[in-house]
Amino acid sequence: MTAIPRISIENVTKRFGSQTVLDGVDLQIPQGQSLVIIGQSGCGKSVLIKHIIRLLTPDSGRIVVDGEDVSTIRSRNLPDFRRKFGMLFQGAALFDSMSVFDNIALGLREQRRHPEKKIREIVLEKIEMVGLSGSETKGPAELSGGMRKRVGLARAIAHDPEVMLYDEPTTGLDPVTADVINDLIVELNQKLHVTSVTVTHDMVSAFKIAERIVMLDNGKVAFDGTPDEVEQTSHPQVKGFMISSGIRGKH
Amino acid sequence: MPIYYSTSAIGRRGIRFFSRIGGTALLLFRAMKAVAELPRSFRLFVHQLYYLGVNSLPLILVISIFVGAVAAWQAAYQFAFIGAPLRYLGQAVGKAVVIELAPVLSAIVFAGRVGAGIAAELGTMKVTEQIDALESMGISPIRYLVMPRILSCLFMVPFLVVFAIFLSIAGAWAVSVIGVNVSSETFLNGFKSSFAIGDFINGLIKASVFGLIIGTVACYEGFNATGGAHGVGQSTTTAVVISSVMILISNFVFAVLLFRV
Repeated sequence: MTAIPRISIENVTKRFGSQTVLDGVDLQIPQGQSLVIIGQSGCGKSVLIKHIIRLLTPDSGRIVVDGEDVSTIRSRNLPDFRRKFGMLFQGAALFDSMSVFDNIALGLREQRRHPEKKIREIVLEKIEMVGLSGSETKGPAELSGGMRKRVGLARAIAHDPEVMLYDEPTTGLDPVTADVINDLIVELNQKLHVTSVTVTHDMVSAFKIAERIVMLDNGKVAFDGTPDEVEQTSHPQVKGFMISSGIRGKH
Repeated sequence: MPIYYSTSAIGRRGIRFFSRIGGTALLLFRAMKAVAELPRSFRLFVHQLYYLGVNSLPLILVISIFVGAVAAWQAAYQFAFIGAPLRYLGQAVGKAVVIELAPVLSAIVFAGRVGAGIAAELGTMKVTEQIDALESMGISPIRYLVMPRILSCLFMVPFLVVFAIFLSIAGAWAVSVIGVNVSSETFLNGFKSSFAIGDFINGLIKASVFGLIIGTVACYEGFNATGGAHGVGQSTTTAVVISSVMILISNFVFAVLLFRV
């Protein structure tokens, strides 16, 4: 008997106008797995990840999380459903009008499960986890790209999610900062024992984070395997992607 | 072929027009449903009242004084032209200010200042994924962002209109007394004799509807911004244009319904 996957993406198709971005994608993600989705820019990676948390809905097919079809969740139950997840956005998506502390505290305050004293404790703990102690009062405009990502990460994990979604966590960062973010993601995945889905076109990041790598091409799953299988594959698209990323030589 | 293309272009524009109307109405409906959660968003609502309303006072102050002043001057000019006695100046200016000038001009100024601000703020939040981030945290953007803004517009436009009426009358009074040589007593007696509480209430009802239009249109346009800075700029312009046109159209409807000829 096979275990029910934590997240099941079943024949999902999504079009924007005349452009088909996802074309019958099928993907099962078991509990605790760290899955990385790679692919060229515009191949539908971010669109796919947004479907999981119902920021987008498929034109056909379905997303099932913990046995529940996401599109049938009633809007009043959506907040509770979404709190299972933590999401790091591509540009961190920090709220401009709030300090670092308030950005991280917002979700907890709105949840109204903890008193302000407990929220303060949690926020300071998360800020320390991402190595930004002392930056609580700064505004997003005062932070570098790497710091913004780290604040975004602290915000995403503030409510101890069961599933982490990372949208291009290292894009736009220098290699050293990107490595810091990769280490943080690995550490968080291990510490929090979460299921994680990462979307990236950074192969260095993919190899560091992934237990499994899926490649999207033209809206379809073109390759699905472990990092070792990716390294050894002769699949033309994956090979081409690795060569362009400088991970593999041309011969 | 040209006929085919122009027909399909008209069709596309028609679909866009109706989907915009439907989308705006749906947003308003969802925001009104979220009013049930006002206690939870009360702090945000009060913040918006201050941010959108109180901060608009200086602009409304300047505009209202000069609107009243020019209304008095132009009325005096017309009176002289047709030979009407200037003792009716307060009456004529008072009516015009209470019924039309203060509500409509305040609303259009508010649409330009506040409507543009809301559309730009929400549009920026949309294109930088801040609205997605809110949703991903289980926070309803309708309750957190839209409802407090629409409600603040609904309450602040009538408040600003009352403020504008007083200042416009003050501006008209100053011009009448200093520039047109009408005595203060004559002007104020004329104003009092024409003042009807019904006109004042109708003006406030109109102002509330204008506020609802400004808030809803601005939130809808902001929420539907696409692309980057260009898309945000476009949604901001569209919000101001649509709000202003809708204010003028609904003002005509109010005139027909409330002031029977």
